Amino acid sequence: MTAAAPPSLRRRLIWQFLAVAGLLAGLLYVSTRNVAHDAVEQTQDRILGAATLAIAQELRGGEDGVEIDIPYSAFSILGATGNDRIFYRIEVNGTLVTGYEALPGPPQRPGGLDPLFYSTTYLDETVRVAAVMRSVLVEARPAEALILLAQTRTAQESIVAGLANRAAMFGLGFFLTASGLAVLLARLVLRPVNDLAGAMARRGPQDLRRVARPVPKELQPLVSALNGFIARLSAALSRSETFIAEAAHHIRTPLSALRAQAEIALRETPDAAARARLRRIVRLADDTARSAGQLLDHAAVMYRSDQRSDEAVDLARLVQGICETFRPAAELRDLTIALDVPDRPIVLQADPLLLETVLRNVLDNAIKYSGEDGSIEVQLTQAAGQAVIEVRDRGRGLAGAALSALGRRFERGDNVGDVVGSGLGLAIVAEVAQVYGGSFTLSQREGGGACARFSMPL
Amino acid sequence: MRAIFHAAVIWLATLLPAAGVEIEEETWFRAAGAARELHILSTTDTDVFAPLIAAYQQRAPDVTIRYVVASTQELFRVLRDGEAGFDLAISSAMDLQMKLVNDGFARTHRSGETAALPGWARWRDQLFAFAQEPVVLALSHRALEGLPRPATRGDLIRLLRQYPDRFAGRIGTYDPRASGAGYLFATQDARQSDTYWRLAEVMGGLDPRLYQSTGEMIGDLKAGRLALAYNVLGSYLSGQLRGWDDGGMVELRDYTHVLLRTAFVPAAAQRPAEGAAFLDFMISQAGQQRLAETTGLPPIDEAALSAAPHLRPIRLDLGLLVYVDPVKRRNFLSEWAAAVIQR
Amino acid sequence: MRFLLVEDNADLAETVLARLSLDGHAVDWARGLDEAEDHLAVAEYDLILLDIMLPDGDGRDFLAAHRRARRTTPVIVMTARSAVSDRVALLDTGADDYITKPFDFLELSARIRAVLRRGAAEALPSQSFAGLTFDPQQAALRFEGETRELRNRELRLFEILISAPERIFSKAQLCDRLFSASEAVSDNAIEVYVGRLRKKLDGSGARIETVRGVGYRLTRS
Repeated sequence: MTAAAPPSLRRRLIWQFLAVAGLLAGLLYVSTRNVAHDAVEQTQDRILGAATLAIAQELRGGEDGVEIDIPYSAFSILGATGNDRIFYRIEVNGTLVTGYEALPGPPQRPGGLDPLFYSTTYLDETVRVAAVMRSVLVEARPAEALILLAQTRTAQESIVAGLANRAAMFGLGFFLTASGLAVLLARLVLRPVNDLAGAMARRGPQDLRRVARPVPKELQPLVSALNGFIARLSAALSRSETFIAEAAHHIRTPLSALRAQAEIALRETPDAAARARLRRIVRLADDTARSAGQLLDHAAVMYRSDQRSDEAVDLARLVQGICETFRPAAELRDLTIALDVPDRPIVLQADPLLLETVLRNVLDNAIKYSGEDGSIEVQLTQAAGQAVIEVRDRGRGLAGAALSALGRRFERGDNVGDVVGSGLGLAIVAEVAQVYGGSFTLSQREGGGACARFSMPL
Repeated sequence: MRAIFHAAVIWLATLLPAAGVEIEEETWFRAAGAARELHILSTTDTDVFAPLIAAYQQRAPDVTIRYVVASTQELFRVLRDGEAGFDLAISSAMDLQMKLVNDGFARTHRSGETAALPGWARWRDQLFAFAQEPVVLALSHRALEGLPRPATRGDLIRLLRQYPDRFAGRIGTYDPRASGAGYLFATQDARQSDTYWRLAEVMGGLDPRLYQSTGEMIGDLKAGRLALAYNVLGSYLSGQLRGWDDGGMVELRDYTHVLLRTAFVPAAAQRPAEGAAFLDFMISQAGQQRLAETTGLPPIDEAALSAAPHLRPIRLDLGLLVYVDPVKRRNFLSEWAAAVIQR
Repeated sequence: MRFLLVEDNADLAETVLARLSLDGHAVDWARGLDEAEDHLAVAEYDLILLDIMLPDGDGRDFLAAHRRARRTTPVIVMTARSAVSDRVALLDTGADDYITKPFDFLELSARIRAVLRRGAAEALPSQSFAGLTFDPQQAALRFEGETRELRNRELRLFEILISAPERIFSKAQLCDRLFSASEAVSDNAIEVYVGRLRKKLDGSGARIETVRGVGYRLTRS
């Protein structure tokens, strides 16, 4: 299925311009045609009328009837406007004297001195007829002489067609010019919009400044709305960051108190059963704190991976720093952290917070599941355009739990019932790997234990 | 349609036999293959036109041509009656040709050749001129011995008045009542100048001989029966004068009409394409050249006309229809008769 | 040693006070930054335990001001945040270490010890008993020219025992100071370390005696 293309403002503008231009060109053609037709017909009529009157002028009363002497020029002049055929009929008192008998007569009796014009059909052709009625004295008695002079209108049609065609050409030229202008105008009008869009697209993900560039008045509402949105987004972002920090504080501090109280109580209680209970309280507090921490971590990862505030990060230093943080906690349990990091910096573009979250969770996991007196190996290598961090432990391993399941939120291996952990940690790691186009694998280590491998492109 | 020409029929009926084609001459130019046929109705003599037909048949060897010669009025009558046998009508009677075309008896034909014709040599893309012939004064040098040669009609009038004995009974001209071409020349003369009527009266006083064709007039001129022949076709004359030292031909300088010999494809033609093809050949450059070389008919030549200011081509326009009008004709002929026939 | 605890949560503060007192430290408690300033104005402290989010301000600002005033008292920050960048920022601001809430007292003690040790110019004093020298700095036992290194838990166990020779420590007491309360161990887990330490003491003039039903004590062979 193909998705329909979104409607183009530019195309719509152009089409509207074209439609108007086309309409104008059409109107021009039709009106020119009409005007030309009227003008040419009037001119032709005048000539036809003049020719008819010239014939009428030569009518004389004679002794034995009406004398008719058609002037040569009467017909000759009609040839001046083109090669139109002519027909004529002259009758006196209703009797044909000469000419074409079947030429249709006038719709009404022509009166006055001016000719009466009418259109009719003769010999399958449309003809324009001029009719003149004259009274002539024959033997002292008036006789009515009717003169009809008809002309086909081929010339008129060709003149009108010529004029209309010229008008159409003009209209077409106008149309084409307008089309060109429409394209140009559409581009010009839309340029500020494109410029604004380009400026917004070029912005970095962290750039939440107001849009301050000058824009046309018509774009002001858009820019205002944009600025309002940016302000709200900015506020929402900082609120969520503050929220995460505050939430952490408000959950962890009371948990610290709870844990500390339980620990004190543990100290003061010799009774083994009560001590076991107190230990469980401490463990539950830890569990809750860790869950809360990971939920907040997760929220931070989601929010930050959307933000992608990448910067140059020296992975070597980062790994070292985190291992240092974990060392005291590890030493308390006689765990050693063996660090294998190259001397030179390994720099990549990433959000340091996300990478820290990854390392912290992987390391936390390794420490959590390591037995007494164990050692944890942390290795950072660079190969084939990839930075690889491996954290290996001698803990209880994976015991058959699939990594895919481990990576899913709130799922834990089925052999870790006695260790505090929410199962969210590895999901967070996998998510970060995905954000950076890297990978995260967790594998069973030969001789026991697990190996967590996080890699991402440099 | 017949009714429309009711008026025309009335007068024509008095001049012409009622039915059929009154043929003067019929010639079949047979082709070997004879796949195609072309029937031409013409007023031009066969011997004049034969070389052109031969030239055409060289190009189109499979066309058999039937060439029928009739008088101008017979040709007019036949085509007006819708006779379907002819694919091309050729006539020197411009007025009658014009009338036929105006009244819708011609077929429209457009081609590269017709477009190349000057505007004055065609009308409505239906009627096309293929030859231009000056209408001249022919004279016998011997008969005019010792007299000045007239250069204008005025000269001619003075000459006739001054030496009536030398010209009495020795002037020849067309009888416009019997000859279509004669009628056309006379009406055009009358239209052109009032001098004509004076000339007519002077000639009338000298007992002129009236003819139906240029050929007869030239014959009598050669035989010494005529001293002058007024309004003869120069093309005929130049052919006849060849080898006859006594004959002279004068293009009068006040004006000399130029007749356009025209052709059209009849609306009722059965093989209009054949007619049109021959027409195209006649007016094509090659055809015009052959026409000049073999028939003696002068081809359409705009340059020749503008080089000679006294030459007045008879315009192919609607004015020609005026004298075709029966009333007008009757009036003209009676006036003419009054001037010329004085006995 | 005298500590200043700056923490607004009373429950947590109380337990930290109690716990540090158990280790023999004197601890003053300030609920906020203003109160902390008051304390600092009148007394000298060996260490400040500082919370970040306080009702009357940000602990980090206090820390920065503290360092600007060129006061050298070591500071351990207690934070609810776990991000390392926070740690880096804190260390940059002048914190000597930081610990994430909720914390294990063992870890807190370890960190306090580390910070104090770093700050102290002289080494921690060695202790002697029955011809045996205990060097906590080196985590080593020396006797008759022989040196035996102790691992972390062995070290801490011996530290406890040698702090009061001949005194009997119950299994629970030892366990509480050796294991994180969150570790799923029984009190008997201590026996492993007692066993290991006994091996290390083999041949010296001291030995760990099991007082049946009560606990253990360090005594002469």
